[in-house]
Amino acid sequence: MENKSYDPNTNPVKKPLSLQLDPSMFEPATPEEKKQQDVMSESTTFLKDGLRRLRKNKLSMFGIIVLLLILLTITIAPSIVPYGYEEILSVEGKRDKGAKNLKPFEFSKNEQRFIQKGGERFPHIFGTDEQCRDYFIRVIYGTRVSLLVGFFASIIVLIIGLIYGSISGYAGGRTDMIMMRIVDIIYSLPDMLMVILLSVVLPELIQVPKKSFLGRMGPNMISLFIVFGLLYWVGMARLIRGQILSIKENDYILAAKATGASPGRIIRRHIIPNCLSVIIVSTALQIPSAIFTESYLSFIGLGVQAPMPSLGSLANAARGGLQTYPFKLVFPAVMICLIVLSLNLLGDGLRDAFDPKLRR
Amino acid sequence: MAEHLLEVEHLKQYFPIRDGFFGSKPLKAVDDVSFTINHGETLGLVGESGCGKTTVGRSILRLYEPTDGVVKFEGEEITDKNIHALRRKMQMVFQDPYSSLNPRMTVEDIIGEPLDVHKLYANKKERREKILHLMDLVGLNAEHATRYAHEFSGGQRQRIGIARALAVDPKFIICDEPVSALDVSIQAQVINMFEDLQEKLGVAYLFIAHDLLVVRHISHNIAVMYLGHMVETASADELMDHPIHPYTESLLSAVPIPDPKIARQKNRIMLEGDVPSPLNMPTGCPFRTRCRYATERCAAEVPELTDRGNGHKVACFVK
Amino acid sequence: MNYEHLLSVQDLHTTFTTDNGDVQAVNGVSFNLDEGKVLGIVGESGSGKSVTAYSVMQILAENGGITGGKILFKGEDITKWSESQMTNFRGKSCSIIFQDPMTSLNPVFSVGNQLMEAITLHTDKKGQAAKDRALEMLKLVGINEPEKRLKQYPFELSGGMRQRVMIAMALACEPDILIADEPTTALDVTIQAQILELMLDIQKKLGMAIIMVTHDLGVIAEMCDEIIVMYGGRICERGTADEIFYNPCHEYTKGLLHSIPSVTGKKERLNPIEGTPINMLNMPKGCAFCPRCAAAMKVCLQEVPQEISINEDHKASCWINIRDHKGVQEEVTTNG
Repeated sequence: MENKSYDPNTNPVKKPLSLQLDPSMFEPATPEEKKQQDVMSESTTFLKDGLRRLRKNKLSMFGIIVLLLILLTITIAPSIVPYGYEEILSVEGKRDKGAKNLKPFEFSKNEQRFIQKGGERFPHIFGTDEQCRDYFIRVIYGTRVSLLVGFFASIIVLIIGLIYGSISGYAGGRTDMIMMRIVDIIYSLPDMLMVILLSVVLPELIQVPKKSFLGRMGPNMISLFIVFGLLYWVGMARLIRGQILSIKENDYILAAKATGASPGRIIRRHIIPNCLSVIIVSTALQIPSAIFTESYLSFIGLGVQAPMPSLGSLANAARGGLQTYPFKLVFPAVMICLIVLSLNLLGDGLRDAFDPKLRR
Repeated sequence: MAEHLLEVEHLKQYFPIRDGFFGSKPLKAVDDVSFTINHGETLGLVGESGCGKTTVGRSILRLYEPTDGVVKFEGEEITDKNIHALRRKMQMVFQDPYSSLNPRMTVEDIIGEPLDVHKLYANKKERREKILHLMDLVGLNAEHATRYAHEFSGGQRQRIGIARALAVDPKFIICDEPVSALDVSIQAQVINMFEDLQEKLGVAYLFIAHDLLVVRHISHNIAVMYLGHMVETASADELMDHPIHPYTESLLSAVPIPDPKIARQKNRIMLEGDVPSPLNMPTGCPFRTRCRYATERCAAEVPELTDRGNGHKVACFVK
Repeated sequence: MNYEHLLSVQDLHTTFTTDNGDVQAVNGVSFNLDEGKVLGIVGESGSGKSVTAYSVMQILAENGGITGGKILFKGEDITKWSESQMTNFRGKSCSIIFQDPMTSLNPVFSVGNQLMEAITLHTDKKGQAAKDRALEMLKLVGINEPEKRLKQYPFELSGGMRQRVMIAMALACEPDILIADEPTTALDVTIQAQILELMLDIQKKLGMAIIMVTHDLGVIAEMCDEIIVMYGGRICERGTADEIFYNPCHEYTKGLLHSIPSVTGKKERLNPIEGTPINMLNMPKGCAFCPRCAAAMKVCLQEVPQEISINEDHKASCWINIRDHKGVQEEVTTNG
């Protein structure tokens, strides 16, 4: 042992700092070699980055899947189910009076006889209501109505809010002050009272052709849209104004001004693209609140006109036989919950994915 | 051709500050400032935060409507009517490389914006060529053109901002603290680039900064501001080596020197207290509340800039 | 005393988990701090200098954590301490002042309220005694009319004044270590000079150790006994102020010193470090600085250099120093 370690000829000692390196390693590195070490991250656009983040968010992906399933069902189901939403069930051309308040997947006596004879009968997936109508198809149409109302109401809110908010935010000063005081006044109006008043007054004022889609929905629905248009945009307008005010503070707006860009160009090229994400997110979150409003208005009898169903009116009708037929309340209620929940999850996910303030 | 590229005469910029419910009182951000900048030269404008140096730059470019005073560019008075055309000759580089670039635009579009606004190209191909030339000029890779601003480091972002300013081929660029947000090693790169561009393109700079070492390095002349007033102006070396105004003196002595031996020996003139609020300006000389030489006259009158020889102008009664 | 150093950081690793992968913000940092010394940590943004300081206090952001190494305070490893022990450690044994004095004071409480809270939390002074201590501290940091200031709110004070209050708060319980994270970056030069002088002055009076984290070489030169230069989460060079400024050995330190405009005003062209700051998500395999280093060698790209002593006051981690080191020289010549 001792001999070995002291004899450099038989066993060369490793010097304390030696790493036994090749002298060629101490040659200067070429610029290419250096450049290889210096990598820029992969290029991502804002949208790509946001979508990647959204995909990682399990809850909002769940929301998207549920929404897609619902959308698929309400588009396909009416062409598969052979009943109409206002059709009173009949067997072989005769009204089936026994088909009242059937349980899910239950057939009435007439129908059972018909099937025994060898006839084909589509099952009543959610049963039937007290007027002998297929409940599944009513829930499907109710969902359609609710989603449409939610979507269009949000669009109305978005358009009015966007225009009003951008003008107020960009103009600033006195214009902004006056416009915002108007918003304050509108905020203070009781919205329920307005809906009730309008639904009383409106049918007197305007005549909508009975056959049109809006006509079938009834005057209450029109007043609901009008109320949304008149009252609910204020939140959106405030939000967009605030957003624009904070974007206006950025130096790139000043830089655009210094190059001589016109106000129109500044709004188009710099302000709108930068508040787009907030607009999308808040519109997504607006839809469930509109659906909710429609549902409870229908629930207290101010919603769509019978026989057109909406989820709220279905729930209202189900109150009657609540103890005997609880499923009639459960189906529309669960549907409302699913839609509102998944839209909210999606909205939250969008916000987390696209809000630049939450970026790391 | 006019003698000076830019002449600023008695520029005043007041902002109304709401005071109580109806009334408003003026915040005198810039109060009677005059200076000139020659073709292809750099004027360094220094002072502490709130002294109005940024406002001077923005008032020249008419980003604010000046309260009073005349600004002449190549002998022509700048008004609201000709400012759009003049924005092809005067440009600006901003301090914050993060907020001065639109995060939703690619580098190509950011640099191309002034070209779009002033319609400086005949077709798409020419636009692209011009942009690539500008990127090359500021040391950016052509392959970066389609990337977004947030993918770059602070120094590279500042290069993008400079390329944008150069797009219209200006004769004069206002640089508002262009290097203060950058790391030391990157700062040096950008300063060198400013100097190279001046040599190549003959642009003049108004270089606004608080870092005196940097300002001295890059400027031909330096002006010192305090509370909206200009207190001293001279050539860079003259001002740094022989400061006259007590404020310049203490400002210079406050600079931390990156040299331990000099730092240990240095005898510092410590300024007492803080800068007064511009809403509650002291009477007379704005600096008198912190000045160790202040006399009764300083409280009564505002000192004018007077020439002490060699173009070294000082606004002080005592020194 | 049964410990060697007041604070001894050994092979510290701190990692942040981000959406784009892990970031090794501090990568094997070791240093010692003794009583009454001023240690400067200098580096660019992203060099890990602030994270090192925050790791000592264990006040890292939620996605970050110490992933290796020891921090010995008076011989005890504080990385193993419980949260309640750490709470006691922060403020009483070690306090920190931040860059932005506006956001580090709570705007809804008065200065006195916040100052007295810090005092009652860590000492047994209550009520009037705490108030007396608060007044004493405000006087110490050179605030005039301390009685009046106690009742004021942070927004009523100027930036310099707020930083003074922060210092008073940090020192109220006489900590052994004061960490100053860019304490004067947000302030004007004349105010900066006041604060730096105040810190040195108090340090002489109270004798605590200071860790000064900054990017400003001027501040470092004026304040520090010993300097650590960091780049890419590692220490490249350390030594006394004179050694670092007059005998820089690491290529990065040299580049940094060449980047500052000359003090004497000679109009020489600056000699900056080329390239861009490293991408922390994509660290080079070898020396972190090699992509920007003008003198980079093949070995620099492959392996991280070890730290070697230049002299007893000076150590550097650079392959060029290793190459020129006597022992290695011999071996390279015998091998070749």
